[in-house]
Amino acid sequence: MPDNYFARYLPILIHFSLAALLATAIVLLSWIIGYRRPTRAKLSPYECGMTPVGDARQRFSVKFYLVAMLFILFDVEAVFLYPWAVILRDLKMFGFWEMLVYIGIVLVGFFYIWKKGVLDWGGASTGRGEV
Amino acid sequence: MNLTTFIIVSVIKTVIALFVLLTAVAYSVWLERKVVGHIQNRWGPTRVGPFGLLQPLADGAKFLFKEDLIPPHVYKPLYIAAPMLAVMFALTSISVIPIGNVVTIGNIKTPLQITDVNIGLLIVLGITSLGVYGVALAGWSSNSKYSLLGGLRASAQMVSYEISLGLSLVGVLILAGSFSLRAIVDAQAGTFWGFIPRWNIFQGQIIAFFIYLTAAYAETNRVPFDLPEAETELVAGYHTEYSAMKFAMFFMAEYANMITVACLASLLFLGGWHGPLFGPPLLQAILPVFWFGLRVFMFLFIYIWVRGTLPRFRYDQLMAFGWKFLLPMAIANLVITALIVAIRS
Amino acid sequence: MQPVATTFFFYFLAAVTVLSGVLVITRRNPVHSALALILALLGQAGLYLMLYAPFVAGVQIILYAGGIMVLFLFVIMLVSIEKSQKEEQFNNMWIVGLLAALALGALFIGVYVKGRDLFAGREVALPEQSNTQQIAILLYGNYMFAFEIASLLLLVAIIGAVVMAKKRI
Repeated sequence: MPDNYFARYLPILIHFSLAALLATAIVLLSWIIGYRRPTRAKLSPYECGMTPVGDARQRFSVKFYLVAMLFILFDVEAVFLYPWAVILRDLKMFGFWEMLVYIGIVLVGFFYIWKKGVLDWGGASTGRGEV
Repeated sequence: MNLTTFIIVSVIKTVIALFVLLTAVAYSVWLERKVVGHIQNRWGPTRVGPFGLLQPLADGAKFLFKEDLIPPHVYKPLYIAAPMLAVMFALTSISVIPIGNVVTIGNIKTPLQITDVNIGLLIVLGITSLGVYGVALAGWSSNSKYSLLGGLRASAQMVSYEISLGLSLVGVLILAGSFSLRAIVDAQAGTFWGFIPRWNIFQGQIIAFFIYLTAAYAETNRVPFDLPEAETELVAGYHTEYSAMKFAMFFMAEYANMITVACLASLLFLGGWHGPLFGPPLLQAILPVFWFGLRVFMFLFIYIWVRGTLPRFRYDQLMAFGWKFLLPMAIANLVITALIVAIRS
Repeated sequence: MQPVATTFFFYFLAAVTVLSGVLVITRRNPVHSALALILALLGQAGLYLMLYAPFVAGVQIILYAGGIMVLFLFVIMLVSIEKSQKEEQFNNMWIVGLLAALALGALFIGVYVKGRDLFAGREVALPEQSNTQQIAILLYGNYMFAFEIASLLLLVAIIGAVVMAKKRI
C-alpha cells in the first residue's frame, strides 16, 4: 500500500498525535471529574508522617552524571555496530577483524573505568570507590 | 489508493491498535493481581464480575473519581506533563510492531501493523529511550525527596541497561541483515532438519535472548529491578506525589512498555508469528496472529511469575550486574556471532 | 501515490526546529530550555527523514534526544530554579555573538551562491531501501580509518569523563 517513502512515516505521526490526544483527554477528564478538597496535610510533601525538612533541591552523587556520560559513550559504540551488523555478510572476515580492533580499543576504556571503581556503587567499603 | 483513503485507513488502524493495547494493559493488571494472588496463596480480585474480570473497569472508574491533588510545592507545568509524556511514548512505540502477515480485505492489501518502516527497530529503540523523560521529570518536578531519589535511580538504571539491551540486538541484526521488524521475522521462517524452527533463539542467540529479557526488565522498572519504586525505602519512588488518574497513567505506561517488550522479544527471538498453519483459509489467516498473541501472553506471564518469585536487587548490585556482567556478556555474544557468520559467508 | 505534502512537512518541521531553537536560548527556566532542545532535535530528525536518510534520523533520536539530553537534564536538576530565574540571562558578550552569527550567515550565503548549480538539475534517487547499507559500505570500506579513529575518540572521552569526576587519580 504505502509505496511512497514519506507515506510510510506518516502513520507514526498520526499514531503519536492520537496518543498525545488520549493522554491529554485522560488528564483533563480526571481533573474535571475528580473532587478537590485540599487540606494542609494533604498538600505537604510526603515524608512518612514527619514534618518536612528543607526541600528536595539538593546535591546528589556525581556518580549519576558519570553513569549518564558513560551511557552516551557506550551508546555511540552500540550505534556504530548497527550498520556494521546489517552488512557483515558482505564484509566477511575483513569486517570481523575491523570490528574486533574497534571493540578492543573501546574495551580498554571499559576496563579502565572498571578498575577505577566507577562501576562500584557500594561506597567506601570498596576502598577505591571515591568518586 | 489516494491520500484521504490512506489517512483514514491509518487512523482506523491506530484507533484499533490503541484500543487493543489499552485493553491489554487493563487486563495485564488484572492478570498480575490474579496470578500474584495465587502465587501468594490468595484469591486476587474476585468480587467485580466473574473471576473479578470487571475489576479493571472498576479500577478505572475509581481512579477517575479520586481527588486530583496538585500540591503547591510541585513545579506545576512539568508535574502535569510528566505522566502525559510517559503515556505518549509508551503508546507510540507499538506503531511499528507487526502482529501478523499481510492480509487482504476486499481489494485493500494491508500488513497487520500500523506502518512497516525500514528502520522499525531503531524507531522502537528511539522511542523507548525517550521514555526516560517521563520518569526523570516526574521525580524532579514533584519536589519531594522520595520522588527525586526514585526519578534519579530510575533514569540511571534505565540508561545503564539500555546499552546491554542495544548490544544484545546486534546478533539478531547480523542474522537478519535488516532493521525492518518484518524482515527480521521473515528471516526466521522455516525449520532445521524439518522439526526445529529457525527462530533466532535456536540460531545461537539464546544468550542474547536472556540478556535482552533481563535488560528489558530493568528498562521497564519491573521486579527484580524495581528499585525506583521500592516501597520499603522510597514509598512509591517517582510517583509518590501523584494521585488519581495521573498516578494511574504511570502504571498504564509501565504495562504498555511491558507489552512492547514482550512483542519485541517474540519478534526478534521467537520467530514472531511463525507457527503451524492448518484448517480452512479463514483459520489460516487468523492463526499467525494467534501464535503471536500466545508468545506475548507467555512473556507477560513470565513477567508476573518473576514478580511473584524474586526478591529485589540492592542498588549497587543492580549497577554491578548491568555493567560488569550483562555488558561484557553482550559484547562476547556479538563477537562470537560475528565470527561464526563471517566464517560461514 | 504522490508524495504526501512534502513542502508542508518541510516548512512544518523547519518551523518546529527553529522556534524551539529560539526557545532554548530565551527561556529563563533551564528545564524548559532542555525540553525545547529535545523538540528541536526531534524536528531535526524529521528533516533527516525527509532527506531520505532514515538511519541518520533514527540515530539522531536514540543518541541526541534519548541520550545526551538525559545528561543535560541531570545537570539541570541540580540547578536551583528560583536562583536561575533571577539571574541575568544574556551577558555583555552580545557583540561577539553578533559577529559570530554574521560570519556564519555569510558562510551559509556563500555556500548557497557557490553551490546552487550543484543542486539544480540533480534528480533525487530513492536510496531509502538501502540507506543503512550505503552508509555501512562507505563507513566500513572507504572510511575505515576514520571509523577506527572514532573508537580512539570514545576511549579518550571515557577516560576524560572519569578524570573530570574523580577527586584524585
